[in-house]
Amino acid sequence: MAVFVLRRLGTMAITMFAVSVLVFLLLEISPGSVATKVLGPYSTDEQRTLWLEAHGYFQPLWVRYGNWLWNFVNGDFGDSLRFKVPVSEILWPRLANTAILGLVTFAVMIPVSLVLGVAAGMREGSRLDRAISVTSIVTTSVPEFASAVFLSAVFVFWLKWLPGTSGMAEGFSFKELILPVLVLVIYDMGYVARMTRASMADVMTTPYIRTAVLKGLPYGRVIVRHALRNALIAPFTVIMLQINWLLSGVIVVEFFFAYKGFGALLLEASLNQDIFVIEACAMVAVFVAVATQTIADVGYAFLNPKIRFG
Amino acid sequence: MNQRLPSAPARDSAFRRAVRRVALLRESPVGMIGAGIVLFWVLVAVLAPLIAPFEPNATYHPYARPGAGHVGGGTFWLGADMIGRDILSRIIWGTRTVLVYAPLATFSAYVLGILMGLAAGYKRGWVDEVLSRLGDVLLSFPVLVLYIIVIATVGASGVNIVIAITVAGAPGVMRIVRGLTLEIGSRDFVAAARLRGEPAWYIMAVEILPNARGPLIVDACLRLGYVTITIGVLGFLGLGLPPPDADWGSMINQARGVAMAFPHMTVFPCIAISSLVLGFNLLADGLREISLRD
Repeated sequence: MAVFVLRRLGTMAITMFAVSVLVFLLLEISPGSVATKVLGPYSTDEQRTLWLEAHGYFQPLWVRYGNWLWNFVNGDFGDSLRFKVPVSEILWPRLANTAILGLVTFAVMIPVSLVLGVAAGMREGSRLDRAISVTSIVTTSVPEFASAVFLSAVFVFWLKWLPGTSGMAEGFSFKELILPVLVLVIYDMGYVARMTRASMADVMTTPYIRTAVLKGLPYGRVIVRHALRNALIAPFTVIMLQINWLLSGVIVVEFFFAYKGFGALLLEASLNQDIFVIEACAMVAVFVAVATQTIADVGYAFLNPKIRFG
Repeated sequence: MNQRLPSAPARDSAFRRAVRRVALLRESPVGMIGAGIVLFWVLVAVLAPLIAPFEPNATYHPYARPGAGHVGGGTFWLGADMIGRDILSRIIWGTRTVLVYAPLATFSAYVLGILMGLAAGYKRGWVDEVLSRLGDVLLSFPVLVLYIIVIATVGASGVNIVIAITVAGAPGVMRIVRGLTLEIGSRDFVAAARLRGEPAWYIMAVEILPNARGPLIVDACLRLGYVTITIGVLGFLGLGLPPPDADWGSMINQARGVAMAFPHMTVFPCIAISSLVLGFNLLADGLREISLRD
């Protein structure tokens, strides 16, 4: 087990290293364009050269990458060109806001999708199963921005129950969180429900479930004590991998509802060529994604006795 | 139809076999509905010049509500946008945009993914190791993050969007093809071809790939739906095709500021894109159902 965990951590480190090279090359391969972004399109060649000189851009590429990585690991992401403050000052609060959004989304999405998936997979082919399956196809077909538009047309424009933006200008407001969370839950729920259904349906056909039913155990007990234990291993991985999807989803949702989160920051930075913010956001996003994948793998191995004792 | 003859239809032309495969879809109502929706949008795209009531880029009556009449004749059935362009006509013309770029991007992701997957699954060894690791790195990016930084760096244009989707989509295709190749490559007919002395490209293209088509077709259908969403999302985020040509995602982006007062500007393009994606997904579900049956 320890070897397995160490190997997964090693893979994670290698992936992060490769990603950092990719991000660095993509954004900083040409020093000229970096200087143009930093100093603006109306700067003179002389100014750009001076800036490049002062910031060590005339060193070889690999030295620049080494310095860049060193600063990054030490939490120095450079300054935001737009806000004129260190990137870390704006990044962490934004990340905290997105964490709130993500946690509430998961707190709603996981129970709902697990219950739906188990209910559908319990009796494969039943009317309930078909209804849940078709519904989950429909909800995953509607892109996040479209369900955001539909939900705000109903709840904001027509019924006037909820605010249309979630800027949290007057402090934290639960009401402003409802629509963004709903949009994310609707989109992600279908997939997790389908995976849970498949896993549950799989378990229901195994001999030990048939034995449990045939020896006369109450059906509810067969489901809760026997089936769920094995059926919920696969969804655990799916849910962890869902965090990767959520990182894409929050960009759309935060942009739509003007929520001051990490996704909106990345998008604004990209649209404004705020290069050091883009780099920091990209690395943080990938770190979160890779870390959750690693946790998913290790967790799967830990939960699955076939691997744990294997 | 029910009493199929037991003799093997070995001498049928490829075309007839294809027709029979499509006819199989009739057994899945869900798949039929999906195929119907997709066909509807394809027809809309083909017939756009005939059925669009107005010029898609001409400006008429700003903020017209749905159903409002035009002074020069005609009706804005779905209303007009902030600068007076007819929304129905823009949705109709926008169908062309999405039905050109989504299949194009999906297709090129497939070409790259199949090449990588065949190479990794057939050659194995270090080729497999390198390609798989590369794929893992690309797949570890949250997709939209990758799109945003790439497109914000190289600029938004049709070609760049197709390239970005290809690069981000190919590793996923590669994983599937690699798995299928590993499985099919261990079968006897591949060993036989190898003993005959066939070159590697022949075995990959003629022996392995045709036998992997079932799962690939289902996946391609799902991917088409997903790429449609991606193109919509990029347009919605302001990273889509440059204006003024109609593109569903960009229509929503442009009307975002006034959407709370004039929801018709955003709701109808959203219905269009959701229904098209639903069509692809239902079709994929129907195809999977059928392929599991036999």
